[in-house]
Amino acid sequence: MPGGAVDPYSAHDSGMAHGNMTMVGQVDHARNGFDPTAMLTDWETGQTEVLPDGRTLRTFEVDVIDVEIEIAPGVFFPAWTFNGRVPGPALRAKEGERLRIVFRNLGSHPHSMHFHGIHSAQMDGVQGAGLIDPGEEFVYEFDAKPFGCHLYHCHALPLKRHMHKGMYGLFVVDPDPARHPEFAAIAASRVLGSPENAEWQELAMVMNGFDTNFDGENEVYAVNTVGQAYMNAPIRIDKSRPVRIYLMNATEFDPINSFHLHGNFFDYYDTGSQLTPTLRTVDVIMQCQAQRGILEFSFADHEDGLYMFHAHQAEFTELGWMGFFDVREAGA
Amino acid sequence: MTDQTEQSRPPMTRLLLVLVPLAVMLGAFVWIASLDPLRGFNNGAPPVEALTVERTILDGSGISLSVRAGGSEAMVVAQVAVDDAYWTFTQEPAGPIARGEAVWLRIPYPWVLGEAHHVNLLTNTGATFGHEIGVAVSTPSPTWGQLRLQAVIGAIVGLLPVALGLMFYPAMKGVGRSGMNFLLALTVGLLAFLLIDMTAEALKLSGDAAAIFQGSAMVWLAALASFLLLMAIGRWRGNPEGIALAFYIALGIGLHNFGEGLAIGGAFAAGSAGLGTFLVLGFALHNVTEGIGLAAPMLRARPTIWIFAVLTVLAGGPAVLGMWAGSLAYAPQWSALALAVGAGAILQVMVEVSAYLVRQNADRQAALMSPAVLVGFLGGIAFMYATAALIKI
Repeated sequence: MPGGAVDPYSAHDSGMAHGNMTMVGQVDHARNGFDPTAMLTDWETGQTEVLPDGRTLRTFEVDVIDVEIEIAPGVFFPAWTFNGRVPGPALRAKEGERLRIVFRNLGSHPHSMHFHGIHSAQMDGVQGAGLIDPGEEFVYEFDAKPFGCHLYHCHALPLKRHMHKGMYGLFVVDPDPARHPEFAAIAASRVLGSPENAEWQELAMVMNGFDTNFDGENEVYAVNTVGQAYMNAPIRIDKSRPVRIYLMNATEFDPINSFHLHGNFFDYYDTGSQLTPTLRTVDVIMQCQAQRGILEFSFADHEDGLYMFHAHQAEFTELGWMGFFDVREAGA
Repeated sequence: MTDQTEQSRPPMTRLLLVLVPLAVMLGAFVWIASLDPLRGFNNGAPPVEALTVERTILDGSGISLSVRAGGSEAMVVAQVAVDDAYWTFTQEPAGPIARGEAVWLRIPYPWVLGEAHHVNLLTNTGATFGHEIGVAVSTPSPTWGQLRLQAVIGAIVGLLPVALGLMFYPAMKGVGRSGMNFLLALTVGLLAFLLIDMTAEALKLSGDAAAIFQGSAMVWLAALASFLLLMAIGRWRGNPEGIALAFYIALGIGLHNFGEGLAIGGAFAAGSAGLGTFLVLGFALHNVTEGIGLAAPMLRARPTIWIFAVLTVLAGGPAVLGMWAGSLAYAPQWSALALAVGAGAILQVMVEVSAYLVRQNADRQAALMSPAVLVGFLGGIAFMYATAALIKI
């Protein structure tokens, strides 16, 4: 028997740095066909035309495609996707526009697009209302309302399987400043393409997870699908411009996900459907499944550096849901 | 019946008769492989995957796992998570792991002394293979101090009790026929316990081994082979008796003690045994009967002191080897194999001691059912069972 008691708090001498908590290798974004960094700012605005009554008709085209994606270095997941990417395209429209979504199912199972928005039962994306078989096409049509940070997802059953296979995406409706005169400036800053909006750095983030062995628990957690993507490629932030994040929780199996920002606080607009913050000056918010909202913050007075963000469920963090903001001066 | 079939053929013809079916077999394999007749069954299902962790080493550089693949195709370990946190790791040798191949995964994880850890291996298809580290303690390294320490414990549980048991020899020497029958039956009884114990242990271990080793079949076949081989060797020149029989018993018991050493050494390495003095004493008491068993068949012979020494080393020494092997180079399939060979050896000596017992009595059948024999046999089993309670953890 080894003589003497062993100090239970003795640290090991070498080779076991706690900084080794990371995945091994890199994901091949080119093979995946989507890059988490590009996804942050890749808004899908569709095609627009002006209707006889003067309103804008905005048309999106969305195809369901079965594709195997690399969700962590060397780990492949047989996904069902909208337009070949997970999350699906971040659709963006303006309050009051007429929306038309041409939906084609090129996958192997029945699918639909169920929008979290205001629309008729016929356009709801459930059985008998836009849930279509493989090879079929359906056109959803409704008005863009209410404004806010919303989502769409497949509503085929079993819902859990269809969602966690990758069938969800952001659906952002920008407020029309003309309809909100008391907050016109704020509303204008949220209208994609407006001069006021150009001040902002807007980022699309979808928190998700992947149950790679289909046992009802996620093996990999991420924001925008690829575990630790923004650890390997920190998100460049120009500190002179404010940051706005459209954040949505598409995680299955775990009821709640969260977002925590290091070294800073933010204002939070739950569901984004108001122009005044739901929460002011917080550094953690939580979202249940399908909950979403807008985060606004600034690094203007901060030192340059890497500022971390992650779920504050440490388990999710350590299984991939963490990243860095690389905060610097413009052009630095 | 005529003798036509016995006509001898020329050697070349015989060779040809062997070569033709071999050539046809080779051709058939090539044809099947090129045709891939199972292609029609390809339903898009992912390959079957199996990973077995054979060894776990915890040291100053983290956690090392020896992992054997048993998938339908070569497997790729893509990521490793320890306690639900993805961790860096290196694989030696790197690359896909072929079926049956074993690799080392080195994970520089800061494990915590005395606590449990869970390692999850994630393959490229997303399949996961969990491995539980029940109690994290430093794996013994083969330093002189360690080896000596383990040798001391091995000697206490193996050599010492056998020597103690053999010391009853002078007292046993004068017994009459009933006493002799009792002692021989006692020996068979304790051997019966060891046989069951070893077989169960071997089967349990084989269950932890990779499927490629076909654990259960390996255990039964190895035991059968060792039994037959030892029977054949033992009966080479008539029935083994006296000192020769004692040597066979020593061999069987030695293999059993090797297995016991493996178990203690393995527990040592796994940190599951605080291995208290009580446990070591339990082993010693348990094994004293082994010495008595060795002495019993020699009561009619005149063994020298050297015979006793050699018997002690042969029966007890393997406990030391087992300790070393168990704590330093532990893989379930090899331990199971060693125990299975031991079980076969035990069965052989049970047969031989029983045969000797029967031969010692003129009224052969009646003697088997005599009170002395029955009490001895059952007493042997009961004693072993009772003392085993001290050592089962």
